[in-house]
Amino acid sequence: MSARVAVIVFPGTNCELDVMHVLEQLGGAPELVFHTETSLGGADAVVVPGGFAHGDYLRTGALARFSPVMAAVGEHAAGGGPVVGICNGFQVLTEAGLLPGALQKNAGLKFLCATVECRVDSTRSVLTAGAAPGAVLRLPINHFEGNYICDAATLDQLRADDRIVLRYVDNPNGALDDIAGICSEQGNVVGLMPHPERASDAVLGSADGVVLLQSLLDAATARSAAA
Amino acid sequence: MQFQARIDVKHLPGIADPQGATVQRSLPALGYTNVSEVHIGKLIRLVLDAPDEVAARVQVVEMCERLLANPVIEAYEIEIIELAPNT
Repeated sequence: MSARVAVIVFPGTNCELDVMHVLEQLGGAPELVFHTETSLGGADAVVVPGGFAHGDYLRTGALARFSPVMAAVGEHAAGGGPVVGICNGFQVLTEAGLLPGALQKNAGLKFLCATVECRVDSTRSVLTAGAAPGAVLRLPINHFEGNYICDAATLDQLRADDRIVLRYVDNPNGALDDIAGICSEQGNVVGLMPHPERASDAVLGSADGVVLLQSLLDAATARSAAA
Repeated sequence: MQFQARIDVKHLPGIADPQGATVQRSLPALGYTNVSEVHIGKLIRLVLDAPDEVAARVQVVEMCERLLANPVIEAYEIEIIELAPNT
């Protein structure tokens, strides 16, 4: 059976159809779940896609965390379910407390739209389990607030627990320790600034994102089979 | 009683303030060469009903902790002003 993935849609989300398309291409069964829902409808995994949830008003992700669906996403994560936040989705997950730290404005105050190289530095997450350790992936970034920050104790913890899953090869935004993506203690919640769904076909300039989304589907399938 | 709360949300010390830094770099171009610090944050004003000023402050602190500021990167200062009754 295909892995069921809930793709969360807030007002202002704009990458949900790209994520749906790639997950379908890879054999998954994604479904859009609107932010007012209180249930994920039995999905095996969750993607919080990019965009500008609730207009990014106040702070990126600040209002989205109070959308009704986020309680269900939190429960899913607490139960070990795979949750991946991409770009604005990463910002939402940090605001919701599902991942530590915050994303501040890029150093240099520039909106960045480019394809960058990211190194897989940990494969202990649901998003990177299928990637080769040390592999360099070409992935597009598209953000103004992608400059990851956390306190020194949190950074030590992330390093000690091998939770920094992706690092920029050439840091584009000032992110602490070149961090492009991190995961939770269990590895089931992942947030990353680059867009793997936009690197899913050679015709887009890179297909390096496929290995990440395939890992997520594999984790979802494993969870479905275990249920 | 009605109170106005003014909440000054600013970057925590050590957190980069790229907006402030950029404005600071542009001021000398206008001839203001004596500016040594520029910080850009947010000012939030809200009006609320509360039994007294202490109760109003307690509630605004809670709002800051839960929504108005992100403690990972931001600090806040609260000023509470009692509004004259509408008569």
